[in-house]
Amino acid sequence: MRFVDEFREPELISKTAEEIRRLAGTDRHYCIMEICGGHTHAIYRFGLKDILPENIELIHGPGCPVCVLPMGRIDDGLAIAQQPDVIFAAFGDMMRVPGAQGSPLEHKARGMDVRIVYSPSDALKLARLNPEKHVMFFAIGFETTAPSTALTMMRAKAEGIRNFSVFCNHVTVIPAIRAILDSPDMRLDGFIGPGHVSTVIGCRPYEWIAQNEHKPIVVSGFEPLDLLQSMVMLLRQLRSGEAKVENQYKRVVTWEGNPAALRAMAEVFEVRPYFEWRGLGLIPQSALRINDKYAEWDAEQRFEVPGIRVSDPKAAQCGEVLRGVLKPHQCRLFGRECTPDRPVGALMVSSEGSCAAYHNYEHRKAAMVTSLSQTA
Amino acid sequence: MCLAIPGKIVEISPDNQDSALVDVAGVRRRVNLSLLQDDRPALGDWVLIHVGFAMSKISEQDALDQMHTLQMLGESEAVIQEVSGYSADDAPPGGSA
Repeated sequence: MRFVDEFREPELISKTAEEIRRLAGTDRHYCIMEICGGHTHAIYRFGLKDILPENIELIHGPGCPVCVLPMGRIDDGLAIAQQPDVIFAAFGDMMRVPGAQGSPLEHKARGMDVRIVYSPSDALKLARLNPEKHVMFFAIGFETTAPSTALTMMRAKAEGIRNFSVFCNHVTVIPAIRAILDSPDMRLDGFIGPGHVSTVIGCRPYEWIAQNEHKPIVVSGFEPLDLLQSMVMLLRQLRSGEAKVENQYKRVVTWEGNPAALRAMAEVFEVRPYFEWRGLGLIPQSALRINDKYAEWDAEQRFEVPGIRVSDPKAAQCGEVLRGVLKPHQCRLFGRECTPDRPVGALMVSSEGSCAAYHNYEHRKAAMVTSLSQTA
Repeated sequence: MCLAIPGKIVEISPDNQDSALVDVAGVRRRVNLSLLQDDRPALGDWVLIHVGFAMSKISEQDALDQMHTLQMLGESEAVIQEVSGYSADDAPPGGSA
């Protein structure tokens, strides 16, 4: 297997883009939210916004787990790791996310034992290798990563590894969609449904969006053609006044999801009564916590958690961007105080955050156009 | 973390059927197969991997397409870095859902 570097099926792409233009017409405006951060990244990277007609507006959803994590949770996790002999283990995505007292990377520079892991099982391995230390895995992610955390905790319990715990920040996608649909400034016509979350939960949990909210949702793959085909499927529904769940990503996603993954999550987690989301506030039943059977491996039960709540920097408008009210470049700090190199808000940290994606592609493109017109 | 990485199963542990060696663009690391216990992959099958766990079985063509997508997304380095970082090479048996 080799990496290659060109768009596949360019003819099919232009044909599909033509179909989108035909379906979209000019008589109305469409607001479509892509929920998943991976889709946001793909849309910017592939320049799909330039392919779509102007009356299709893409709103970037809350599906980047790093971006929706409130600052206080980072500070809470780091506060636990301030204690002697604790190793703070997290995915690389977390390392530059600023808490009120700095990012995990900055804490590492100040002497904290901070390790990047690529899998929760690597964090468990760290615990095996360091029996005199306590390894706390700072878990984040939607349903895509939650099953892996669950399986790792099951293994820790089975092996009786007691110097390991999880600081659980896993969130679930459905309540976030509900919160967006319930918000007063909501103006969405339909959704591009997340691809990889849906490999776990399947398509069935989206049915209420179609049935109760009368919004179409198409679960989509990540290739340019996938996203364009999903747009065609959405527009067809919208033109005919239908609202149903469709699965464009059938080669990976099944209607019922992954039963083993759902069983692992049910074994270890329970639903939190509420959880704070950056930009969206407190959302009921939107996150997972560790149940009593696994209390011994729950960092929140083993350690004192300060329960820090920090409001985002006042000037930053992450919330409005997350809800789709503002475009990234309309934020006061965008590209000035807040850049991918020196992020103020989390949306600028992850490549799946809409601000970083916008900055990396659109902003660069705009700068190029400006400099070209100046030289012309 | 959110990357779905296609890998080919090149070895399934004889003493632990939930642990397999996968090949991702030439890098070989151990991943966990517990999440596919209802529809177990065989030697030579392709799987999509998230954070060290195989999440779904896919066809060879879909695996190639996914690798192509990751390349176009500018994520191929991140993929190799993530897979190279998987260190669970000595995972003992057990831990199934």
